[in-house]
Amino acid sequence: MTGVKIISTGSALPSRVVTNDDLSKIEETSDEWIKKRTGIEKRHFTAEGESANSLAVESAGRALEKSGISKDEIGLVLTATLSGDYSTPSVASFMQSALGLSKDIPYIDINAACSGAAYAVEIARSYLVANQDKKKPYALVTGVEELSKLLDPADRTTNILFGDGAGSVVMTTKEGPYASTLGAESSLAINCPGAKNLRSYIRMDGKEVFRFAVKILPYCIKETVSKAGLSTDDIDYFVCHQANKRIIDHVVRAMKLPKEKFYCNVDHIGNTSGASIFILLDEMEQKGMLSPGDTALLSGFGSGLTWGSVLVTYK
Amino acid sequence: MDFEKLQEIIADNLDADKEDVKPEAKLVDDLDADSLAVVELQMAIEDECGVKIPDEDIPKLVTVQDIMDEIEKCKNA
Repeated sequence: MTGVKIISTGSALPSRVVTNDDLSKIEETSDEWIKKRTGIEKRHFTAEGESANSLAVESAGRALEKSGISKDEIGLVLTATLSGDYSTPSVASFMQSALGLSKDIPYIDINAACSGAAYAVEIARSYLVANQDKKKPYALVTGVEELSKLLDPADRTTNILFGDGAGSVVMTTKEGPYASTLGAESSLAINCPGAKNLRSYIRMDGKEVFRFAVKILPYCIKETVSKAGLSTDDIDYFVCHQANKRIIDHVVRAMKLPKEKFYCNVDHIGNTSGASIFILLDEMEQKGMLSPGDTALLSGFGSGLTWGSVLVTYK
Repeated sequence: MDFEKLQEIIADNLDADKEDVKPEAKLVDDLDADSLAVVELQMAIEDECGVKIPDEDIPKLVTVQDIMDEIEKCKNA
């Protein structure tokens, strides 16, 4: 099977840190209330001069630099996002000049919300396999969100949850075990109205989404591991979308998996939707948790409702 | 379902001591359950007992005894 090898990671968080205490000054909430229900203590919001596009460029630039490959070897630039600076042009195409990349490759944004990172890795893998371009065997894949601009200041059930940020990987294909599980079912349980609406705010039915998440995440994990001919013991890390610590806690308990394999950073960055998995991966890399040959299962779930899980190997 | 089994499920899901899960114990006030914990509990009971607890009944379930009664009601429905 042609699998996925992560060559390098990168991330970028905006400069403005907003704590739960900061939020409790502007709305009826408290640090204790938010922490207990979500595990979130703070998040990053964009400040003047920062945006989805600038974060994407910074994050992708870091991954590219760490990869040690030449820019000309990138065969695809893919961005998972629902909150780019423009409806069009895409965030991906913005990176062409900002990072000095080739004009002769495709630049694509995809929207699979919080499953975006997993969707993007599988799409990139499929493209690289189909394209077989030996001179351009790498894909630069980024997840980026600036959700702060989509938060309703009057809705404290959603505006405590989300954050801004970007994460990136440089990846290529590699022979080895591989599987992915991608899917969707139509639902408005998490939604954000489109551009014709004056106020485009994220709305979420928290209980319904929680119920969905704690069922779909074990399904994604079991399905993907089994399709790859592996067992959960073979997976070094379950890198899961960071929506709410309670979802991860529930899944770890229900599946009886070691919690050390589920590193979490939702406490300090909140839910960054399509960016979360790559930001988490980069944080793990920076902490020295990843060793060459490690197997990680990247799993996301979110608006769509969508779900996605892909198996990757680190270096 | 016998009471002891329910006690176990509730203690496990709400991270409470089993001896605190008495019939008269209130889920929110005594056992510190929040809305997500109630959803977790609802799912666990549904899995364990093979019953479907209607969402509209959830706000009416205040005590552990209320849950016991609800399970019986759903079983006989």
